[in-house]
Amino acid sequence: MAMTARQRAKVSLYVQAGIFVVAIAALLLATDWKTISANVFNFGKIGPMFPGIFTVGLLNTLIYTALGFIVGLSGGLLLALMKLSSFPLYRWIATGYIEFFRGIPALLVFIAFGYGVPLAFGVQWPIFVVVMVSLGMVAAAYIAETLRAGLQAVPKGQLEAARSLGMPQWRAMVTIIIPQAFKIVLPPLTNEIILLTKDSSLIYVLGLTASQYELTKFGRDGISSLGAGLTPLLVAGAFYLVVTIPLSLLARKFESRSARTKR
Amino acid sequence: MNDVETTTPGGARTVHAAGVSIKDLRKAYGSNEVLKGINLDVQPGEVVCLIGPSGSGKSTLLRCVNLLEQPNQGTIHVGGFEATDPDVDIDKMRRKVGMVFQQFNLFPHLDVLRNCTVAQTKVLKRSQEESDKIAQANLERVGLGHLAKRFPDQLSGGQQQRVAIARALSMNPELMLFDEPTSALDPETVGDVLAVMRKLAREGMTMLVVTHEMAFAREVADRVVFMDGGVVVEEGVAEQVIGNPQQPRTQEFLRRVLDPTHIEVEED
Repeated sequence: MAMTARQRAKVSLYVQAGIFVVAIAALLLATDWKTISANVFNFGKIGPMFPGIFTVGLLNTLIYTALGFIVGLSGGLLLALMKLSSFPLYRWIATGYIEFFRGIPALLVFIAFGYGVPLAFGVQWPIFVVVMVSLGMVAAAYIAETLRAGLQAVPKGQLEAARSLGMPQWRAMVTIIIPQAFKIVLPPLTNEIILLTKDSSLIYVLGLTASQYELTKFGRDGISSLGAGLTPLLVAGAFYLVVTIPLSLLARKFESRSARTKR
Repeated sequence: MNDVETTTPGGARTVHAAGVSIKDLRKAYGSNEVLKGINLDVQPGEVVCLIGPSGSGKSTLLRCVNLLEQPNQGTIHVGGFEATDPDVDIDKMRRKVGMVFQQFNLFPHLDVLRNCTVAQTKVLKRSQEESDKIAQANLERVGLGHLAKRFPDQLSGGQQQRVAIARALSMNPELMLFDEPTSALDPETVGDVLAVMRKLAREGMTMLVVTHEMAFAREVADRVVFMDGGVVVEEGVAEQVIGNPQQPRTQEFLRRVLDPTHIEVEED
């Protein structure tokens, strides 16, 4: 019997719902809920994580992220300007840097500055310097591309108008072009901060003292010391979300605002 | 070119006006020759309108005068500067040359007043207070003193263009370049912009204007220059070039521009 398109859509919907119900039912029946609750949702045992996860873990994650972002933003701006320079050597250097640091794992950079540099050169940087350099250098490569796109999105007439008023190139960039580009890149830049927040967890591979722990290290330690299975990681994850979800909402708000003002 | 002091008929406002002298100017994009040897003199205080079909090179010529385009050959003198001298201080020269664009190019992140003060404070090193005063006076001059605190996107096209004129005037230029200043405007706002330009012309400003407004050119210009295919085809007193053109190409162009039935066809 032939069905109308509408009937077919209805049947399809029922079939999808049916599969979902069956799958969930099977999962519920097959699961050992006692083990799960003892090892994943065992919130009774995580008391020792507090208040440290707030006052040390979250705080350090935010500090590491901020340090990485400051270096990343300044480095990224420099690289973006180099990439747009009329002097070819600058463009090549910037392109090389960006491709290199976007192409290798960030973890490698952390190991390089956390273990490699101290062994090779005999210098031991404080941990925040290691974070600043490692996270910042990787972030700079990504942020550079974002900023370059933003700078190029400012209409050409803006530079012409500024130069016509007698502004030298650098002055036109600083006063007219960069502020406008910054507005354009606010949403993607916010997304960069989200990525940085998560990448700050890589510091975990370096030897940290207790006061340097960040969220991931807190979660990792909790697994061995609390006997609550995965629960500490779940808590650490929740703390990341407390940071990243508002940032994500903020990025969306910036996006809709710039879409509104654009005619 | 020498600078001269010119005064308005009423003698109220004095403008320090500069002239322009262009000799054998050539400009090519690759193999596409846009300007094929232009000679043009603009006396201090003179208003010259450049007319011609699109692609005739008139905008390029205008943009060469303040070096937004780099000429390939020839010389341009603006006020006391030789624009085509490789050692010329471009920024210093441009302070004396106001530019008004077809697309206004106001700075969208700054309010109207700041649009008119930013170059004063950053380039001329005037104090914020003095710059505000000068900007406000020029905004009054274009009839928009009450909009100083608005942002460009809150203004109509005609208002934006008048702000752009005030912004250029705030630098006390000795020459004003207008690149099709009314071409991007709604018809009902064109008149306001032209009125400001007319006033400026009467005050003795040297003006070089690329325009399609034949009525304006006829009324305000001291001289009209008709360009086609990268050369000056005809130039002379406005009344004569527009009212009684001698060259066939000028006649053909004006017939097409002034014939209302043809305009209807073009608007389709």
